[in-house]
Amino acid sequence: MTHTVLVTGVSRHIGARVASVLAADPDISRVIGVDTVPPPSLTRDGGISLGRTEFVRVDLRSPDIAQVIAAADIDTVVHMSLVSAPSRSGGRAAMKEHNVIGTMQLLGACQRSAIVRRVVVRSTTAVYGSSPRDPAVFTEDLEPHDGPSHGYAKDAVEVEGYVRGFARRRPDVTVSLLRFANFMGPGVDSPLTRYFTQPVLPTVFGFDPRLQFVHEDDAVEVLRRMATEDHPGTYNVAGAGVLLLSQCARRAGRVSLPLPSPAFKLLGNSARRIGLVEYSPEQLRLMSHGRAVDTSRLEAELGWKPKFTTGAAYDDFLRSRGLHPFGGVPS
Amino acid sequence: MSVSSEEGDARVIPISAAPSFEQPEPEPLAKLLSFLRRRVSGDYEVDEFGYDAELTDKIFLELVRPLYNHWFRVETVQLKNVPEEGGALVVANHSGTLPVDALMLQVAMHDDVGRPLRLLGADLVYQLPLLSHVARKTGHTLACREDADRLLRKGELVGVFPEGFKGVGKPFTERYKLQRFGRGGFVASAIRAGVPILPTAIVGAEEIYPKIGDLKFLARTLGVPYLPITPFFPLLGPLGLVPLPSKWMIEFGEPIRTDEFEPSAADDPMLVFNLTDHVREVIQQLLNELRLRRGHAFPPFL
Repeated sequence: MTHTVLVTGVSRHIGARVASVLAADPDISRVIGVDTVPPPSLTRDGGISLGRTEFVRVDLRSPDIAQVIAAADIDTVVHMSLVSAPSRSGGRAAMKEHNVIGTMQLLGACQRSAIVRRVVVRSTTAVYGSSPRDPAVFTEDLEPHDGPSHGYAKDAVEVEGYVRGFARRRPDVTVSLLRFANFMGPGVDSPLTRYFTQPVLPTVFGFDPRLQFVHEDDAVEVLRRMATEDHPGTYNVAGAGVLLLSQCARRAGRVSLPLPSPAFKLLGNSARRIGLVEYSPEQLRLMSHGRAVDTSRLEAELGWKPKFTTGAAYDDFLRSRGLHPFGGVPS
Repeated sequence: MSVSSEEGDARVIPISAAPSFEQPEPEPLAKLLSFLRRRVSGDYEVDEFGYDAELTDKIFLELVRPLYNHWFRVETVQLKNVPEEGGALVVANHSGTLPVDALMLQVAMHDDVGRPLRLLGADLVYQLPLLSHVARKTGHTLACREDADRLLRKGELVGVFPEGFKGVGKPFTERYKLQRFGRGGFVASAIRAGVPILPTAIVGAEEIYPKIGDLKFLARTLGVPYLPITPFFPLLGPLGLVPLPSKWMIEFGEPIRTDEFEPSAADDPMLVFNLTDHVREVIQQLLNELRLRRGHAFPPFL
């Protein structure tokens, strides 16, 4: 059977990598990549080559996406265009619109289509929030005490709600919902990777959160498998083990600067205002209480484990940026 | 450490030939340097709950041990009842105004049994700066069903104080009287995991800060469950925080098996309540006997 795969969010690193991996698969006849901006590889900026992926510039918030899906006989949709931080020009409102309205448009188009058989949606472990009253390790079925109420994480919760609604209305479609831990690796550029490359790391005084990462190679592999095989359900995706923030700082040879939480909040807000970092109240909570997830459901379903542990993924990121512990040599 | 002989050809191997005795111990200084290097470069493991075994063994327990050995002179009784491996739920009485008994129980398990104790603590602990990360690093986590189940499934020795704040913050007049045992969630967890419940009595903690009053209004303003008045606190200020050197004893009772129940029995409230009551009675009994056996709390003085 031939496949035609639609990948959203191909202009960003992981999206581009997934598109190029799928384009290299001989069982897939066409890969169509969509995003609001052209991918860097098309604008002579370098970046990941998309292979034979056909790029269509579509604003997900508009109904144009329905025409793409209808015109190209798409049977598999890989939805990766969740934006984790507001862009400098658009701000939070545009980000929310892109994430939530964009997903609604896409799922609406999928629901109309008689050909779509499989939908894979990228979500995040941020949907669990981060709270002193929740278990140390989240499984997929757990309802958090204090769910996220701001920003990206809240968008992801809403997106997941629409995805579940879609799965109910179209039980004939295989829907896979993937909750990824923070991406880490040589090619990843996220608020978190930018945080770790700062010379001084502001931390919340008296707290040392547990962090979990997933290596970009493993993330791409999981998305490839989900796009080419049937694995319905919700899965956590993270490298094994955890790293404490203090451990991350030491491995990177960075000095941490513990600030009482009100000062941390103040610094975050003012840094955001002058455009230095993306900061949201969710980050204060993550930086205080941390979060870890259980990945046994994914491992049982795929019969496969992420190759990189959280620690190995972080070390790979450090190597690519030339960061090393105090007194250590770059390996 | 023992040298076990292979079955079949029972060749006698002289002890001096065992390689572990021949290897020179690394220099203490070299060991210290490698420890420091690992700590500074972040090259160590913590588990998913944030437990840093190396930090706990090498630093934290070293700091608490003098209190255990010299200040409270803790004595452990019936250690044979503690399983050497596999999951078990240690259920103990809670007292002493400040949870010093939790620290002492942890040292007892580490030094006398050789197993790390993973305590389940109130959510207040995880809201407070410093306390929250010290608690996680020393192996403890939030008292909730998911974490308890997970630790027990991993075969850990998990500790709970079902009385919670009601126990640790009770007035001195009610010493050695067990308070209500929560909702029996700990029993349900043990049944689900099929692990034994180990009733444990701690005698001595009641006398360290005799609570004779409570600054309720101030406690409410500060968001803490109670703010104690003891004979020396707040009268002597920070000096009043020095615990009185009472004599301590910790006794482990006969394990109560739960593996004869189906895991679904955890959802049977009657059974859970009855087993909870049973555990509570056993601990009260142990407490009464052990208290008599210990005699006076401050032997050299009175």
